[in-house]
Amino acid sequence: MIETRLTFVAAVAVVFVLGVIVELIRRHRLQERYALLWIATGGVMLVLAIWRQALDGFAHLIGVAYPPSALFMVAGLFVFVVLLHYSTVLSRLSDQNKTLAQKIALLEQQVREKDERRPRRVA
Amino acid sequence: MRKAAIVPAYNEAGSIGVVVAEIRAADPELEVVVVDDGSTDATAELAHSAGATVLRVPYNLGIGAAVQTGLQYASENEFDLAVQVDGDGQHDARELEQLLAPILSGEADIAVGTRFAGDRFYRPSVARRIGIALFAGLVSLIVRQRVTDTTSGFRAMNRRGIRLFAADYPHDYPEVEATVLVFRHRLRMVEVPVTMRQRETGRSSITVFRSLYYMGKVSLALFVGLLRPRPAAG
Repeated sequence: MIETRLTFVAAVAVVFVLGVIVELIRRHRLQERYALLWIATGGVMLVLAIWRQALDGFAHLIGVAYPPSALFMVAGLFVFVVLLHYSTVLSRLSDQNKTLAQKIALLEQQVREKDERRPRRVA
Repeated sequence: MRKAAIVPAYNEAGSIGVVVAEIRAADPELEVVVVDDGSTDATAELAHSAGATVLRVPYNLGIGAAVQTGLQYASENEFDLAVQVDGDGQHDARELEQLLAPILSGEADIAVGTRFAGDRFYRPSVARRIGIALFAGLVSLIVRQRVTDTTSGFRAMNRRGIRLFAADYPHDYPEVEATVLVFRHRLRMVEVPVTMRQRETGRSSITVFRSLYYMGKVSLALFVGLLRPRPAAG
């Protein structure tokens, strides 16, 4: 009985999270490319929450005695992958950010130099 | 022959005017390029009125990116030589002639001012000395050449060096990695003994936490850097 309830709670939670993700994409608050990993996470969680045999089989395969623990482990693994992915995105962004700032400094200097060479117009 | 002195400066209003003036007095042929790394004080204005070309990055990027900005300027404007001089006044402009000599003679692609080679007198704190010695040993092994001062930012380079660093320069605490980068790109490096002064104004950016970050970051960059394919000569 407890296990049925757990299945139900897990399924509802995953469906809710997937709903939030879809809504965020709809409002252009989340790009599809960053949503995909979350949707994959949600999808796998949903399958394992509903399909008890799959979860039991998987738990047995990796030597986890209590199947719901395997569910948490899978969730943790996916979150880890998502975070690592974000770190790479962050690194790329900060690199691009630096390049932009440097470009601005060089361009601004060129503009200032041109301004200084040209005689000021009298208003 | 176009020569640039790249001066990274972050809130160095107290010393930047003097630094620029000293460089210009030491070598009037040097175009002084001050890179204002997002200062909130009058660093840029003071540098400008002292006669420097000023590059202002829109926000603080860190020393590595600031120096790189100056080298990008030197690269775009086809300078033949660039020398990095810190904006806090610790690098003595009177040493410029010696530092530039191996570049001008074509003996080396990059010359690094070192506080340890020769009989010059420099005694940093024990912790700092251990850190410097550790990285100096490690880098010497990697580049198969004796390197004594891996923390020195007082360095001069020719056009090959300018082009290399304009394209690829470490983000923060760049000196150690830059040395290895020079070796991997097959540039010739020499060390030149110099004397450095105590900081005139401002505070050194070194704290315990930062030292730990420094050790970790630089070690990681060194070892991962070795795993990258070595670029072709050229």
